[in-house]
Amino acid sequence: MTVALLTWSLLAAQLMLGAAMLCATYRVLKGPRAQDRVLGLDTLYVNGMLLLLTFGIRSGTTLYFEAALVIALLGFVSTAALAKFLMRGEVIE
Amino acid sequence: MNHAADLPLWAAIPVALLLLLGSGLALTGSIGLLRLKSFYERLHAPTIGTSYGIFCVLLASVIFFTVMQSRLVMHEVLIGIFVVVTTPVTLMLLGRAALHRDRLEGKDPTHPVEQREAAE
Repeated sequence: MTVALLTWSLLAAQLMLGAAMLCATYRVLKGPRAQDRVLGLDTLYVNGMLLLLTFGIRSGTTLYFEAALVIALLGFVSTAALAKFLMRGEVIE
Repeated sequence: MNHAADLPLWAAIPVALLLLLGSGLALTGSIGLLRLKSFYERLHAPTIGTSYGIFCVLLASVIFFTVMQSRLVMHEVLIGIFVVVTTPVTLMLLGRAALHRDRLEGKDPTHPVEQREAAE
């Protein structure tokens, strides 16, 4: 009972997060201007982090948590650097 | 999925509900990113996924691992604090960069077109 409940809700959650990643990918590829692409990339890594957390619940190990933490750290740094680049034309002044 | 067989039902129901709610909110934010018209509207859409979506999925993960390992597992809070602190910073930087780029091209989105034409 609990196994079936968790399996199906995890499957539905992973499908929804996959669809969310597809929406973000479309915005990265299509996005009219550069800032749209950066925003799509930001959304893409947040959704990927959520997907890794659901994989962690499915497998029962805390190993995926560390990968999600690394994605959160690197995603913040990359988005901040790209926004700085769009603003000034260079990252480190 | 066999490791979840000894998870009691009172813990499995909130985990399942929080997972569905969190991923549904993330999907809603991404559809907003896909469908809204201008960049400044799209800037707001994914934040529903990065605030409540992450909160729900992290809470589901905390409940699951706390009940499974029968001790308090709180390391997901680290991701939650980090994302909640950094998301406004990145989106504010991105919004300022977009405003700067629009102003360089002579399109100021903070003034309506009629006022700008009247001023010229």
